[in-house]
Amino acid sequence: MKTFSKGGVHPPEQKLTAGKKIITLDLPGEVALLLGQHIGAPAKPVVAKGDKVKRGDMIAEAGGFVSAPVHTPISGTVVKIDTVKNQQGLAVPAVFIKADAEDAAADAEARANLKPLRDDAAIAALKDNEIKDIIKNAGIVGLGGATFPTHVKLSPPPEFKAEVVIINAVECEPYITADHALMMEFPDEIIEGVRLLSRAVNVNRAIIGIEANKPDAIALLQEKLAGATDIEVCPLKVKYPQGGEKQLIEAVIGREVPSGALPIATGAVVQNVATAYAVHRAVRYGENLTERLATVTGPGVSAPGNFKIAIGTPLSALIAAAGGLPEDTAKVIGGGPMMGRTIDNIEAPAVKGTSALLIFGEDDSKRRPVENCIRCAKCVDACPMGLEPYLLSTLSRLKRWDDAETEKIVNCVECGSCSFICPASRPLLDYIRLGKTTVMAAIRSRKS
Amino acid sequence: MQKLFISLSPHVHTTNTVSRCMWNVVIALVPALLCALYFFGIGAAIVIATAVVGCVLTEYIITRYMLHQPAQLANGAAVLTGILLGFNLPSNLPVWIVLIGSVVAIGIGKMAFGGLGCNIFNPALVGRVFLLLSFPVQMTTWPKPLVNTMNYTDATTGATILSQIKQGLIEPEKVDLITNLLGQMGGSLGEVSAIALLIGFIYLLCTRVITWHIPVSIIAAAGIFSLCIGANPLVHIFSGGLLLGAIFMATDYVTSPMSHRGMLLYGAMIGIITIIIRQWGAYPEGMSFAILLMNGFTPLINRYFKPAKFGERSKK
Amino acid sequence: MDTILMSILVLGGIGIIGAAVLYVVSRRFYVAEDPRIEQIEQVLPGANCGGCGRSGCHDFATACTQASSLDGLNCPVGGATVMAKVAEIVGLAAGAATPMVAVLKCNGTCQFRPQTSTYDGPSSCAVLNTLGAGTTDCAYGCLGCGDCVSVCNFGAITMGEDGLPVVDQDKCTACGACVKACPRRLLELRKKGPRGMRVYVACSNKDKGAAARKACQAACIGCSKCAKECPHEAITIDSNLSYIDFNKCKLCRKCADVCPTHAILAVNFPVKKVVNQEKPATAAPADAASNNQA
Repeated sequence: MKTFSKGGVHPPEQKLTAGKKIITLDLPGEVALLLGQHIGAPAKPVVAKGDKVKRGDMIAEAGGFVSAPVHTPISGTVVKIDTVKNQQGLAVPAVFIKADAEDAAADAEARANLKPLRDDAAIAALKDNEIKDIIKNAGIVGLGGATFPTHVKLSPPPEFKAEVVIINAVECEPYITADHALMMEFPDEIIEGVRLLSRAVNVNRAIIGIEANKPDAIALLQEKLAGATDIEVCPLKVKYPQGGEKQLIEAVIGREVPSGALPIATGAVVQNVATAYAVHRAVRYGENLTERLATVTGPGVSAPGNFKIAIGTPLSALIAAAGGLPEDTAKVIGGGPMMGRTIDNIEAPAVKGTSALLIFGEDDSKRRPVENCIRCAKCVDACPMGLEPYLLSTLSRLKRWDDAETEKIVNCVECGSCSFICPASRPLLDYIRLGKTTVMAAIRSRKS
Repeated sequence: MQKLFISLSPHVHTTNTVSRCMWNVVIALVPALLCALYFFGIGAAIVIATAVVGCVLTEYIITRYMLHQPAQLANGAAVLTGILLGFNLPSNLPVWIVLIGSVVAIGIGKMAFGGLGCNIFNPALVGRVFLLLSFPVQMTTWPKPLVNTMNYTDATTGATILSQIKQGLIEPEKVDLITNLLGQMGGSLGEVSAIALLIGFIYLLCTRVITWHIPVSIIAAAGIFSLCIGANPLVHIFSGGLLLGAIFMATDYVTSPMSHRGMLLYGAMIGIITIIIRQWGAYPEGMSFAILLMNGFTPLINRYFKPAKFGERSKK
Repeated sequence: MDTILMSILVLGGIGIIGAAVLYVVSRRFYVAEDPRIEQIEQVLPGANCGGCGRSGCHDFATACTQASSLDGLNCPVGGATVMAKVAEIVGLAAGAATPMVAVLKCNGTCQFRPQTSTYDGPSSCAVLNTLGAGTTDCAYGCLGCGDCVSVCNFGAITMGEDGLPVVDQDKCTACGACVKACPRRLLELRKKGPRGMRVYVACSNKDKGAAARKACQAACIGCSKCAKECPHEAITIDSNLSYIDFNKCKLCRKCADVCPTHAILAVNFPVKKVVNQEKPATAAPADAASNNQA
C-alpha cells in the first residue's frame, strides 16, 4: 500500500466517533463572524449596523486576491461590527448578527427544504472560469483546517500546468472523524464536487487518497466509482502526517514538491474532501459556505459526535451538544491533537477552519517533565521533511537564526512528529516553530 | 471550571521514555548476562555487580553532592553503563580495579561532560580503556570458561583466540567456530557468546530501540575488510568484542551519529579500524579503540552527513 | 651523546622553521589597523552587548576612529565617563548623552490581572507569545517567563514576586538587549530622570477601555484624562493607549494623579506632603509599583 517515504509516526488513532452519523445542530440565534477566518487578507465588511441580512448573504467581501468573502449562516439584523475574543483570546474584528423568532423560523424552513439552483444540464454547461467564480463567491476555503482560499489554489500561476487533482480524505490526525462521516453519508455529492474541481483546473484525472483505517469509506467510494475512469480511490497505509499536502502528493503520485516551490510544481492540485463537498453545495444548490462539519470528541466527553455546525456558533454551544465539558476538563483543542491549537476562550465563535474540538482531561493534558536529549535520533527518523529537529530546536533556542536558516528550518511543516516521538519529552516543535517564524520574517524583510 | 491548559501542539505524546529505552537495552543484555554467569560463574556475578553498584553510586554522589541536583537513577543509564563495563572486563578482575573503572566511566566519561546526553565518548569504554592502559596484566589474563566457575580469584587463565592468533599460537583456519558461537572461549564477560548477543540484537530491533544501520555496517565492513586483507572474516566477527561492541556499545545513542548515512559511515569505519588494529596494531583487540575514535568523529559526521531533505532531491 | 645531539638538532630545527614560517606569514598578511582602536577598546566595558547599536565593542571602537563627530556614538554601558575617555583618544568632543533606563510598560501583577489559563511548555516568552493572549486575558501584557532576565548581561533584571520583571536602575546600562528580547515590546528605554524620578504609562494594552479594564485592573483605558491634564502637551493617546513623551515631560505628576486606573506610575519621587486619604485601596497600585522600581 502506498504511503510517503520519509519519516512519519503512528500516534494511537482514538477514532472514538468513527461510524457516528452526522448530527445537524439547530442554527444559533446569534453569531459572530470573524473577518479573518482564512489565510490571506481579512475580508472587508459590506454591511453596517442595523442592516437586515438573509441567510447566506455576503456580509464581508474578499480583501484581496488571496482572501475569501464571509457569509452569514442566519437571517437577522447586524447588531454591531466590533472586536471579539477569538479562540486564542486575541481581540479580532467580527460582524455580529442576531436573528429574531421570525428569521429563525424562516431559516429552519429554508434549511430543511433546500432547492437545487442548477440541474444536471446547467452544471454540465459550466465553464472552468464559471466554476471558479462560484467557488470564489461562495467563500470556500480549504476545510481541512488550513483555510487557504480554494479559488487561489485552483488558479495556478501560468508557468505551471495542473495534471491531477488529489482529494485529501486521509484524516490522519487522531480522534477526528468528520471527513470519514461525510464520505459515508454523501459519497455521490463528494464525487460530484471532485468532478467540478477537476473541471475547474481542466484535468480529467482525480485521485482520492484515503487511509486504510477507513475501509468502509474506501469500499463505498470504490463501489460508487466502479467503471469510472476519471476518479480513482487510492488507499494509503496509515501513517501521520499523510494529510500534509507535500506528503500526500508524494504518497499518491510519488513526486516530491521541490523545496521552496508551490505544490503545483508537481502538477498536483490538492483539495480536502470537505472542500469538494462544499463545492458541490455551492454549484448545485447555490449555497455559500456558512456551515461545516466538526468532530467534538475526547476521552471524557459523554456524547462525542460529528456535528454539522453554522460558522459563527459559539464553541460552547458545540460542546454542549456533545454533552458539555466533563468535570475534569483541563484542555480544549481546536483541531486534532497533533497540530491543533489550544483554546482558552470557549465562548469564541467557530470559524471556517474549525474541523474538530478535542477535550482532554487532566491526565492527558499535562506534558511530561523534560529530560536531557539523549541524541537517540528518533526525531530525525520521524521528520517527514528530512530535517534534524533536535538541531533546529537547539539553534532556535540559542537564537542562532542564520544557522537555522541554513538547516532549512523554513521547510518544517509543523506536523509535530518530532515532539511526539521524543522519549525525553523535549519541546522540540515549540522552539522550531518560533525559529521558523523568525527566519521567515527575516527572509521577507530581506526581500523587501 | 478550573483554568484550562494552553500549550503548543502536539498534544499527544509517545509512551516511550528515556528510561524505557535504557531498560530495554538492559533486557537485551540478559541473554549475554546469563551466558557470562554460566561460563564464568561467581566471578562474573561479582565483577558485574561491582561495576553496576560502582557506576550507580558514582552517579548518585556526583549529581547529589557535587552538582546539587536530584539524582536521576531510575532512567537506568548508570545501570546500563555498569553492565556494559562489567561485560568488558575479565571475570577474575579484583574488585578495587572494577570500582576504579566505574568511577572513571561515570565520573570522567559521562558526568564531566555534563551528564546524560552530553558525553562525547561511550562511558563504559572510557572506563574499560582506562583500565586496559593502567592495568594491562590484570586486564588481559582471561579465565577459561567453565573451569573453576565457583572460584573468584584462582581461575585457570588463558589467552583469547585473537591474542593466540596474534602470537602465532594457532592458525586462524583452525579456530573452531562452533565453540565461538556458543561462547566456550576465553574473553571478557560479555563477548563470549555470539548467539546470546545476537538474541539481544533481535530484541533491540523488535522494540525499535536501535536501527540496523550501525551493527550491520560494522559487521559487514569488518567482514569485507578482513577478507580483503586475507584474514578469516568469521573469526574476526565472532571473536573478540566485535559483536558486543557492534550491537551494544557503538549503538549508544549519545555517542553515535544521527542520520542513517552517518551511521553507515560510522559503522563501516569502526569495522575497518578494528581490523587494522587487530592485524597490525600492538593490541590483539581493537573494538574499544575503534569505537572511541569514531565517537570523536561523531560531531563531524553529524555536520557533514545530513539526512536527505524532502524536496531537495529533484532540484539537482 | 649522539641521541642528545640529534634530539636538539631535530627539535631546534623544527622550532626555527616554525618561527620562520610564522614571521613570514605575520609580515605578509599584516593588516594595518588604527592603533587608536585598541586604545578605545581598552577603555570600553568590553561586554559586547550591542547596546550602542554596533555588533560589538571592536566595531564601536572602529566607528569612533572613523567618525568626524561623536554625536550619535554613545556607549550606554560606560556612560559619560567612558565616552569622555574615548573622546580624548580620538580628539573629538564627546556627544551629550542622556542617561537612560529600561522601563517595563506593564503593571499587570497577579493581583491586578487574574490568570485565566495555565501555560504548559518551555519557559520562554517568545514561545508563549505564539499561543495567543497568553495566560491572562490581556494580549499585550507581560508574559512573565523572563526572556528579558536571561538576556540581560548586567544582572539588572530580576523576576519579582508578583510575576513581573524588576529593573534595577543602578545596574541597568540601557543597552537595549531586553527591549529587543521582549516579544511584546514591553520594555522601553526612557530618560532616567533627575535622581531617577520619572513618570510613565505602565501599560501597553490597546484594547478598548472596557475590555482592557476587564483583563487588568491596572490597564490604561485610553480615557485621555491625562492628556487633558498635562500642561506640557507631553501625552498622546493612540489606539486607546496613553504615551508620555519623556523629552517633553516636566515630571509634574498631574497625569498620575488623575489616572483612574493608576496606570501612570511616578517613581522615585519623595513622598508627597499631602497624602490622599480618601481612597487608600485604589492608591495601592501606584505605591506597590513605585516600591518595585526603587
